[in-house]
Amino acid sequence: MQGFASEFNTAFTLILNGDPELWAIVLLSLKVSVFAVLISALIGMPVGAALAVARFPGRRVLIILMNALMGFPPVVVGLLVYLMLSRSGPLGVLELLYTPTAMIIAQVVLVTPIVAALTRQVVEMLAEEYSEQLRSLGVSRLASVPVLLWDARLALVTALLAGFGRAIAEVGAVIIVGGNINHVTRVMTTTIALETSKGNLALALALGAILIGIAIAVNAMVSTLSLRAEREGLRHA
Amino acid sequence: MRDLVSEMARRITVNGLQIARNGTALLDVPHLTLSGPGPTLILGPNGAGKSLLLRCLHGLIAPDKGSVEQDGVPLNADHKARQAMVFQQPVLLRRSVAANLDFVLKRQGLQRVARKTRIADLLAQGGLEGKARQAARSLSGGEAQRLAILRALALDPDTLFLDEPTSALDPGATQVIERMILRASEGGVRIVMVTHDIGQARRLASDVVMMQGGHVVEHGDARQVLDDPKSDASRRYLSGGLVT
Amino acid sequence: MIRNFIRAALVSIGLFSGPALAEEPFIVVQSTTSTQNSGLLDYILPWFEAETGIDVRVVAVGTGQAIRNAINGDGDVLLVHAKADEEQFVEDGWGVERFDVMYNDFVLVGPKSDPAKVKGGSDIVAALTAVSEAEVPFASRGDDSGTHKAEMRHWNDAGVDPAAESGTWYRETGSGMGATLNVASGMDAYTLTDRATWESFGNRGNLEVLVEGDSRLFNQYGVILVNPEKHAGVRAAAGQRFVDWLIGPDGQAAIEAFELNGQQLFFPNAK
Repeated sequence: MQGFASEFNTAFTLILNGDPELWAIVLLSLKVSVFAVLISALIGMPVGAALAVARFPGRRVLIILMNALMGFPPVVVGLLVYLMLSRSGPLGVLELLYTPTAMIIAQVVLVTPIVAALTRQVVEMLAEEYSEQLRSLGVSRLASVPVLLWDARLALVTALLAGFGRAIAEVGAVIIVGGNINHVTRVMTTTIALETSKGNLALALALGAILIGIAIAVNAMVSTLSLRAEREGLRHA
Repeated sequence: MRDLVSEMARRITVNGLQIARNGTALLDVPHLTLSGPGPTLILGPNGAGKSLLLRCLHGLIAPDKGSVEQDGVPLNADHKARQAMVFQQPVLLRRSVAANLDFVLKRQGLQRVARKTRIADLLAQGGLEGKARQAARSLSGGEAQRLAILRALALDPDTLFLDEPTSALDPGATQVIERMILRASEGGVRIVMVTHDIGQARRLASDVVMMQGGHVVEHGDARQVLDDPKSDASRRYLSGGLVT
Repeated sequence: MIRNFIRAALVSIGLFSGPALAEEPFIVVQSTTSTQNSGLLDYILPWFEAETGIDVRVVAVGTGQAIRNAINGDGDVLLVHAKADEEQFVEDGWGVERFDVMYNDFVLVGPKSDPAKVKGGSDIVAALTAVSEAEVPFASRGDDSGTHKAEMRHWNDAGVDPAAESGTWYRETGSGMGATLNVASGMDAYTLTDRATWESFGNRGNLEVLVEGDSRLFNQYGVILVNPEKHAGVRAAAGQRFVDWLIGPDGQAAIEAFELNGQQLFFPNAK
């Protein structure tokens, strides 16, 4: 533990002085996870909303499956995506392995079930409240999906935040499909893993602090947003 | 001539209507004809089946047995498109006041400019001129119900169903709502409204349907039913006795 | 076609602006944590990249996983340290040819208190025998890496089957050298490590080098171009240039020049 304090200081000096290498890593983390969450939203929200309003045999099973997928181990997701993208895998010709795109794909697989499951919950509650009114207005179940999604928008932002949290904090999947290649696919979590394996615990902790800082900043931003929405009365009753 | 035709088209007939849950009959109406021009008030104690009947008339609930017909044909999508309903608890979209109206006008296929004019019209009708941009869910109870009625009227309905729209409101707010309903009725909209408030029935009704225990116990001209009820059940309810 | 479309889509979104993904030629090298964590590759690769304009992307995993990844075609060059496995890799047709690159050595590290009394010795087999007899904690990679394979050879020579003791004094971490050193440091355990990783490791705690200098602790690194006949996507020309450079005078000189804490960690020995 000797020199831990000074090492910690060094790490924070790097951060505060805007060490370009470090910030490139932070930026890549953000880009990959933000992009992954956006794609997950495009897939997960309509799927979740459809599951909330549609009635068909096997719906309960699908919902249980989706909820279970929320806890899918990232390493397994990483392996599955690796097997798909490997040169000997079905999508090998795309040459996506060890690229940020591969990391986005892995995170999309991880985050989409979270977004879909939370969307299903939120929209189902809202659909119950709106059901008679929308039917009275002649809105079909299918046509009610965009209405419900829009009216649940504030709760859905929280769902996206949960997804972002999982994406940006995840290491097991991105290290397998990204390869933790310096300047190409090295993100915050894989850097933390690398520095830990080098025994540079203070630097790893300092990076962890940035990760927490980002999480706090993003949540604060959204919280401000929804507070303003609440003042304007757009929030859920 | 035109009035006659539209009145004809709004004749609602109920035959052999039955709804039961777990072996208990909730609604049992062998025959009922509402031939207008209204307003028709459905009166009775809690649990009499008033709301259930109203939902059957609007096609929100399919009865176990029996039929609802309008103008001699079973209730269909065209009929429903010409109907609107206001609920006891107004269900407002989580959007601005104007956007709540815009939502139904857009579904009517109105163009942007036409919608804007119509929204301004409607807001003026309901005394909500200054609140167009305010979030609908921040309105007071009376304002919210006014907006719900305006949204229903934006559909330009033949028939407007209302399910105890004033039961949660104070006398002042109730009076505003009642005025809106009467104005709509005078404008040619057929009103079918549920209430348990005898005074409200006196103020609004042209004919009254008395209900109790899932049955229609009496139906007739408002003055006759309210002043000279024929059934014991009606008499007890109107005299203020506790009817169970 | 699809690939170009996807790339165009990503670029148009502006996701990967910046030098990281500029369209320069690159190769993927499957290598081990010891070459990366010690800083060797960070030190020598810029010379190669400056000379050739070829970007070298290093995936650092255990030797066993690196070889399996290369068999899957997910790399153009293999740079690892398990000679027998490397020769098997070439024999099975996955690699073109194997070349010696450099060597260093393994060391046995353990707690300063040294409960197995092995300090100062230079006989790794005797030391491991003592550890097993004293039943003091020993942290093993347990991950089929080059270091793990070397460790298993020495147990075999000592006539000890540590797998039978797994979970008692013999602890298999199933992870990389750094993670295993963290575990050893945390529980005052003995462990076998390559010298490069040890020298660059920052969390030694009570650990120190106890046994070194046994000729059986010799640790040879080899480089192999992945066979483009097995995987059409292999960047054979660029990969071959890297292999040639690494075993040529420039690469060998760069390896020779790399020092950590004033100590040379890798010794070039290409023929």
